[in-house]
Amino acid sequence: MRSETRWAYVFVLPWLIGLALFQLGPMLASLGLSFTEYDLISSPEFAGTANYARMAQDPKVAVAIGNTVLYTALHVPLAIVLALGLALMLNRVGGRGAGVFRTIFYLPSMTPYVAVGVLFLFLLNGQAGMVNQFLGLFGIDGPQWTTDPDWILPGIVLMSLWNLGSTTIILFAALRNVPAELAEAAMIDGAGTWARFRRITLPMISPALFFVVIINTIASLQMFDQVYAMFFGNQATQQASGDSALFYVVYLFQQAFQFLHMGYASALAWVLFLVIALITLVQWKVGGRLVHYEAGDRA
Amino acid sequence: MSRLAGAIAAMLVLTACGGVGGPGRPAGESLTTMGFGLPDEIATVRVDAFKKAYPQVTVRINEGAFDEQAFLSAVASGNPPDVVYLSRERLGSYAARGAIQPLDDCVSRESVATGDFYPAARQQVRYDGHWYGIPEFYNSIVLIVNNEAARDAGVDPRSIDTSDWDRLAELARRMSRTNGGKVERFGFNPKLPEFLPLWAKANGADLLSADGRTSRLDDPAVAEAMAYANRLVESQGGWKRLKAFVDTWDFFGARNPFAEDQVGMMLSEQFLVSSMAGTTPDVAITVLPFKGRDGQPVNLVGGNAWAVPKGARNPEAACRWMKTMTAADTWVTAARARQDKRTKEGKVNIGTFTGNARADGTIFTEIVRPSGKAPFDEAVKTIRAVQPAGFVVPQSPAAAEFKKAWEDAGTRVLLGGQDAAEALERAQAEARKAIDGAAS
Repeated sequence: MRSETRWAYVFVLPWLIGLALFQLGPMLASLGLSFTEYDLISSPEFAGTANYARMAQDPKVAVAIGNTVLYTALHVPLAIVLALGLALMLNRVGGRGAGVFRTIFYLPSMTPYVAVGVLFLFLLNGQAGMVNQFLGLFGIDGPQWTTDPDWILPGIVLMSLWNLGSTTIILFAALRNVPAELAEAAMIDGAGTWARFRRITLPMISPALFFVVIINTIASLQMFDQVYAMFFGNQATQQASGDSALFYVVYLFQQAFQFLHMGYASALAWVLFLVIALITLVQWKVGGRLVHYEAGDRA
Repeated sequence: MSRLAGAIAAMLVLTACGGVGGPGRPAGESLTTMGFGLPDEIATVRVDAFKKAYPQVTVRINEGAFDEQAFLSAVASGNPPDVVYLSRERLGSYAARGAIQPLDDCVSRESVATGDFYPAARQQVRYDGHWYGIPEFYNSIVLIVNNEAARDAGVDPRSIDTSDWDRLAELARRMSRTNGGKVERFGFNPKLPEFLPLWAKANGADLLSADGRTSRLDDPAVAEAMAYANRLVESQGGWKRLKAFVDTWDFFGARNPFAEDQVGMMLSEQFLVSSMAGTTPDVAITVLPFKGRDGQPVNLVGGNAWAVPKGARNPEAACRWMKTMTAADTWVTAARARQDKRTKEGKVNIGTFTGNARADGTIFTEIVRPSGKAPFDEAVKTIRAVQPAGFVVPQSPAAAEFKKAWEDAGTRVLLGGQDAAEALERAQAEARKAIDGAAS
């Protein structure tokens, strides 16, 4: 083993220890519990694959999956396109202002998710929220974002775009690493702005794009905090949304801690884990053909 | 083994939601609470009474609202509090699963004066023939009328009678006000789906059998009540618009919906009246009983209770705590402190409505005095008058799922997804399945 590799393992070791102690054990325990009837209080009773069979017959699971997948399909491309736009703008800012702008762009990521959820509940209020007030300036009678089932999910997507800081910073870092001489050579050859972006910038940042697609997809499928704070944190908001804001992890939480079906919740957790693993695998396979790696970059 | 598995499983599910737990506690005479806080003299005076009576017990109050996730994780990991403070509605689910202990021994050993509690409060803390909780407050539901809205509608607020549903619907329409598509005043907020049990009772129906084992959500009288309450909402602009409007209200502040003329009439727990007495003592309101179609008052009551979790290390101290906190003498002392404080501040005090009928008898005859603010003095009389009509949804082994089933049904109807009969038919199937599953 090369010295560099050994040091890499040393640096990764704290995370590996944490994974083994705090995640692998609970994961294995939940795998076992997913085959049991367990209410957190009494001893688990073996139930075979009943919990998994129940999922197929539970209409709320289908609703939760539908909401979560639709959210992911809307959020991920929107978030990446917007974050890329912000990163491109940041990349054009030079001098002393650069650091200030980077900080400002990242600040929303520092806001606790629960606070963001509550904040957007006010901003999106159909009667008095600032979003509809803004739309009103253009003569648009805004929708009932928080009470109309047809508009609740778009409202949540809108809220999710508040937090683009991490994605923006990753893409910005990638843009900074695009060699300037490539763009200069292309300019000399007569390439326009769009051609340079499509032929040089995008391929060069494709590993970073691929990475943010994967992490945003995983985060979207695990969406919980903001939606729970907005629509399930108190009875009044819960009554307004029906099942329109029922995301998969929210339903998992309800089963575990409201209805005390920890075995069923464990089965739900494992199906989510497997689905995420499968989607990531597919992305990895597809991404392998689309992502440009410079020689020696790819492991 | 099950404790370990439970703790580990809870940890996994909680990975994204924050964890629970705390340092170990010294054994002996200590008492740890969960779900309770010390926001005012009603709490602090009673805690002081316990400390005075039992100076050898070290009381550790983990302030904060009840959190089911924290509570269940604490029980599952074998590190529960000694006593927990939670909504009485939840007791059935926890009792059925053994998360809280029966208190029969406690009640008899400490001679807890259970006969002092209001009958509805007593019913709500019993499950399967056993005591599982000791009741605290007793929240009654009353109709609060905005006098200005009543005058606009051409009626004397004192003449409003909710037993005539046709006239009530007409009055709701007259009291509501919109301007350019925006709701300016919600004529009558029937508080659906939250108060469906009240509407059903007003129509002569119960959602659940007295033993908590048979769902009656498919009773046509329940569907009729839900459909009526939904029509009230529809006729005033529809739920989506009205709910967004309600979400802008500052219920407990100086700009409450009555002070701001945002609502004509509203069904509400009496604590909203209490809050307005403090924030807007000059608000023009009339508090009336909510009457069923038979002309008799109906009153869905609620409140919190104390319970002892499974595995509590000091159940004896917990028992003494619950007895002291809910005893008539303790309540009276706390209510007197509240009255003294309000008098010094020059504020209106409508009294403390406890789960202890004997305490309330003393509080409202010897301590609470007329404030000179007629709406609130009359409100006290109304609230006291409807207390005997208090009823509860019986405890069920699947209380949380049962409530979710009928609340979801109400939401589906309000959002226009289903009519009342269809929604309740689905809710009935969900409720039956949940109750059968929990009882088996």
